[in-house]
Parts: sequence; structure tokens; C-alpha cells
Amino acid sequence: MPAPATSSIVALHGVGKTFPNGTTALAGLELDVRQGEFLSLLGPSGCGKSTALRIIAGLSEPSAGSVAWPRPANTRSGRRIGFVFQEPTLMPWANVFNNVLLPLNLHNAPARQAAERVEAVLGRVGLLPFGRAYPRELSGGMRMRVSIARALVTEPELLLMDEPFAALDEITRFKLNDDLLQMWQALQTTVVFVTHSVFESVYLASRVVVMAARPGRVFSELAIDAPYPRDRNFRTSSEYAAFCREASAALAQAMAAGA
Amino acid sequence: MKNATRFSAATGAGEQKAVPPALPRARAGDRDGVLRIALPIIVLALGLAVWELVVRIKNIPPYVLPSPSLVLQTLAADWALLSRSLLVTLITTFEGFLLAAAGGVGLAVLFNQSRLVEYSLYPYAVILQVTPIVAVAPLLLIYLPQRAAVLACAWIVAFFPVLANTTLGLNSVDRNLADLFALYHSSRAQVLWRLKLPSALPYILGGLRIAGGLSLIGAVVAEIAAGSAGAGSGLAYRIAESGYRLNIPRMFAALLLLSFAGIVIFYLLSLINHLALRRWHESALQGER
Repeated sequence: MPAPATSSIVALHGVGKTFPNGTTALAGLELDVRQGEFLSLLGPSGCGKSTALRIIAGLSEPSAGSVAWPRPANTRSGRRIGFVFQEPTLMPWANVFNNVLLPLNLHNAPARQAAERVEAVLGRVGLLPFGRAYPRELSGGMRMRVSIARALVTEPELLLMDEPFAALDEITRFKLNDDLLQMWQALQTTVVFVTHSVFESVYLASRVVVMAARPGRVFSELAIDAPYPRDRNFRTSSEYAAFCREASAALAQAMAAGA
Repeated sequence: MKNATRFSAATGAGEQKAVPPALPRARAGDRDGVLRIALPIIVLALGLAVWELVVRIKNIPPYVLPSPSLVLQTLAADWALLSRSLLVTLITTFEGFLLAAAGGVGLAVLFNQSRLVEYSLYPYAVILQVTPIVAVAPLLLIYLPQRAAVLACAWIVAFFPVLANTTLGLNSVDRNLADLFALYHSSRAQVLWRLKLPSALPYILGGLRIAGGLSLIGAVVAEIAAGSAGAGSGLAYRIAESGYRLNIPRMFAALLLLSFAGIVIFYLLSLINHLALRRWHESALQGER
């Protein structure tokens, strides 16, 4: 891991983004996301990693460069992309089941089949008994699980996550890290995970891309070729510590370059 | 509460909500609730007692100030007449309210969907709102049949809060949720029905609560204006008519019914508000945390 010869799922070439107020968030960003990998974008705040994620998702148009999808979209309603925001971003007026059902509903999926898929994905995130609960009745960690379930319910080929666990306490975050890795392996999907935590990115990712700020660009990259499944033993191993040291050093250089 | 317990069994510790002991809080809440009901009643009783005493001791004639007991007697004696008038006013209010709700929400949605329509019409909505209805009512009575004029008054007064609140609500959509809908290539109709209107619901209900009271005011204003033109049979018309005849106790009785109607409308709408929002909106949350 990762297999070096895997094909690209989406590639950003020379992508730049300048906002109407004149801020340049990205300039000349080169990024190739490979089929099946767990890619982590690591960088200081303001390095444009969230902007890059939004451009991949199609929520934002690049002002320069191009986004290439080597394989054509295979569904009527576009590519299957899942997005997990920094906040759980649930509809407070809908219960857990209907929140997770939303993407299928928006695509007018047949009701019976949709309900089965929602139950399957709720089971996967361990929230099956909570279908009728409302978001405000759940803890922060559970809300984030609902958010992940909603992103996974369309069986996305690409799962984009924008610092999803930043607001959670460490115990909850570790648990969700483990569960996320498990789901990634079980579903064999591709993940792009934005974070500013060295430890989180090394623990999760098969490849860490370190970004520098002003303007946002790729600074260096680091293959974390420790085998999956990773667990508590990996988190306390000297191998993990070594990777963290390496990533920390790269991040420090990136920040020096961006300052 | 039981959710948190079930969850710890399902996925392990560390994610459940803290559950503080609920009992002492509830008891304090009960006492607070009793006070909230008892205190206004005591104030009312004291006020009525003082009023009754002053009228009796000073021997004030009923055409200057009727005693509360006389007002109640009049209410009972004239019930047949007054209840018919109450019904007329309530029907006008209700119709005005429905029109205001439909018009306010409808216009807000229209404004939200088309900027051109918003730019063209919004200033006139504001003008309708800021022009005192008392001044507009006689004019409406000239150009419209009386029933339509009364309804129009109730509508003009009540629709603006619904329009303004709904507009605010439609513009208060969570940006991330809007992005999510964009990610799944939702149609405009889907965004409106599944995202914007539910997001706006607490605002719409807030506007309706104001509109309920205002449509009663609009109906009353129009009835009084119409009454002086010589027609009408609503409660406000009874007040004006009793005034001309120096039947002051009946004026008070009709006024009492009007306030009562206003209170009932307000609490009815508050109840609807609570029932619609209690599962999810902060404004309807209980003290529990």
C-alpha cells in the first residue's frame, strides 16, 4: 500500500483560485487523486486546502487550470461524490433516517430500495437504532456519524472530507478515525481528507500531500506505506512516530515557505 | 436521555451527552409555572376589586364608568347580540389572516425566486405597511363593497410581518446545506421545498403569530370606519354604536370580548408554533440539557 500503478480518479492541473475580493487561495495547484487511495491534504489554515476540495466537488469553479476526470461520469445525475463538511450540516427539522435519505431522495431513488440503503449505511456507522432521533438529540460525534452516513449512502466513488473531526474531542475522534478506515477498506472507495493535524493525517492516509500557503499550492508529499488495517498498535508504534516526525518537518518547511 | 444510554451500548463510551439530574430542575420549573399563572390572576382580581369599590363608594353612574359586575351582567344579558357580532369579527379576522398568510408567504417565495419581481414590488409592500390603516380604511370603503374593504384592511395590516419574516427565513439557509443540495444537483423546486421552506418555517410561524393579532386589529379598524358609514354588525361596530347611544357597559362588554378573542388567537398560534417546532428548533426547546 499504496499500489503505485493505480489509475487517476481526478487530477487538478495548474489550478488557481482567486476570489472576487482579490484573495488568491490557490495558484498552480497540481494534484492527482488515485483510484482507491486515502489521500490527506495537510496544511496550515489559509493554505487553500478546503478550496481545493470544493473545486474537486464542483462547488467552486477554478479561476485557472483544469480539473480532469479520466473516466466519464457513469450516472445520469453526474458523478457520485460524497462530501463531509466541518460541521455535521444536518437538516435539523428531519430525523436521522430522513437526513441520510436526502441524497437518494434528491435523485428520486425508488423508496423501497432507498430505505434499504439508508438502513444498511446507518448500520455501518452504528446508528441503526437512532433513525427516528432528531439531530439535536444526538451528541457531536453521533451527528458526524450521520453526516458520514449521508455521504456514503450514494456509494460515492470519491469521498471528500473537510476537517470533519476537528471539532470533536480526542476520544471520539480516535474512534471515528478507526471506523472511517474500516469503512474505507470495506467500501473500497477513494477518500480525500483535509486536515491540519499531522497525527490524524499520518494515521489515516496512504499518502499525505503537504500544502503551503500564500498562495495555496502543493509543497511536498509523503507516502505512508504502513499496512492497513491500522489500529491502536500503529498509533503507538515507532514507525508511526517516524512518519509523524517526517510530516511535521515537511509542514514546518511548508509554513516557512508560505510565510 | 434514553438515546444516550442506548448509544453507549451500541458504539462505546465517549460520545454520549452528559445527563444532569433532572428532578430538582423540574420542581423549580413547576413552582415557576404556578407563579406564572397565579400572579397575573391575583393582579386581575385586585384590579377588579379596586375598580368595583371605587365605582360603588363614589357612586359613579354607569354611563361614566360601569362597575365590572355590571359589565359582566351586560355581557350575559346582551350575549345573543354580542356573540353574533363576535362571530362576524372573528370570521373577518380569520379570512384576513388566511389571506395574509398565503399572500405573505407567497410573495416572499416569489421575491426569493425572482429578483426582478422583488425589486419591482417590494417598495410597494413597504408603503402598504407604513401607511396608517386607519387613514386607508375610509378610502377602501369608498371603492370596495364593505365586506371586501374590511377583509382588505385585515389583509393589509397582517401580511407584511409574514412577508418580512418569511423573506428573512428564506435567506437564512445554512450555506453548507445549500452546498450539499448543489452537490447532488438538486432542482430549484427541490431546494425550495426541501431546504428553503423548512429552514424558513420558524420565521414564518413567528410572522404568523404577529399577523394573527394584527388581522384582528385590521378587522376592527375597518369595522369602525365602516360603522361610521352606517353599516356593519361586527364587534367593533357594536362598540362604536354603543358609544353613540351612551351604552357604556355594552362598550366594555364588547371590548372584553375583543381582548379575549385576541388572547385566544395569540395562544392558538403559539400552540401551533410549539407543535410544529418542538422536535427540532431551539426556540421550542424545553429546559432540559
